[in-house]
Amino acid sequence: MLQLTTTHYLILSAILFSIGLTGILVRRNMITVLMSIELVLNAVNLNFIAFSYELSNLTGQVFAVFTITVAAGEAAVGLGILIALFRLRDTTDLDSARELEG
Amino acid sequence: MAEFLVAHGDALLFYLFGGIAVLGALMVVGLRNPMYGAIALLSCFLAVAALFLLRHAEFVAAVQVFVYGGGIMVLFLFVIMLVNLHRLRERRIFLGQWPIAAVMAVLFVAMLGVAALGQGAPAAAVEPGRLVAVGGEAVGNSQAVAWMLYRDYLLPFEIASLFLLVAMIGAVVLGRRR
Repeated sequence: MLQLTTTHYLILSAILFSIGLTGILVRRNMITVLMSIELVLNAVNLNFIAFSYELSNLTGQVFAVFTITVAAGEAAVGLGILIALFRLRDTTDLDSARELEG
Repeated sequence: MAEFLVAHGDALLFYLFGGIAVLGALMVVGLRNPMYGAIALLSCFLAVAALFLLRHAEFVAAVQVFVYGGGIMVLFLFVIMLVNLHRLRERRIFLGQWPIAAVMAVLFVAMLGVAALGQGAPAAAVEPGRLVAVGGEAVGNSQAVAWMLYRDYLLPFEIASLFLLVAMIGAVVLGRRR
């Protein structure tokens, strides 16, 4: 328990991932859904770093940097969509975005 | 006491920052006001950056603080302030299926936990020195990451910059008033 291992990181990462996934699935506010996506990507990064250390290989850290890049782009586009939705519907409730339902 | 802290300090720091991260994540999902959620998310990001430091990823930890704690967080706060929060008073903040989702999340964690705990000992001994070395010479984590990034992963790096350009143009087009 008191010896820090990769298993610690894996379990913490799983917890953060599940919390983020639950947030994506159950929240109605799009801002919170986007924040939950960031939580999920953070959990992935935690795994990358843990295995980078475990395997003494820097590739994991490089890919963590790429993940952060993708997260930044995703946040920018997602928040742009959010602003567009807010202009269109005057709310950030995801239930109001049903144009594509047909 | 001092010996105990020296021997197990990293594990204690892991539990401290891991607890902060989990608490922050729970507050992001559970709090009604997105503004409080964003602040909780910031604490979660910073705790994760500290966890990176514990695993010899100094450069990624710095990037985490700059990009997540700086850039993305400012973006979120701006957007939260742009949309009128007074109109966001929803009757319910969760969809109807939230109990099922919560149960599934707990089961998912249990499954991954069993899988992680079932692993045996690591195949090879950890050599943290290799995370701060270029060609066997100890230089520092940032230099080692840069060496790998610009030599072995140059094409993905350029594609990432192109991706950021596309995302930036997309965000500008989406946010434009027509």
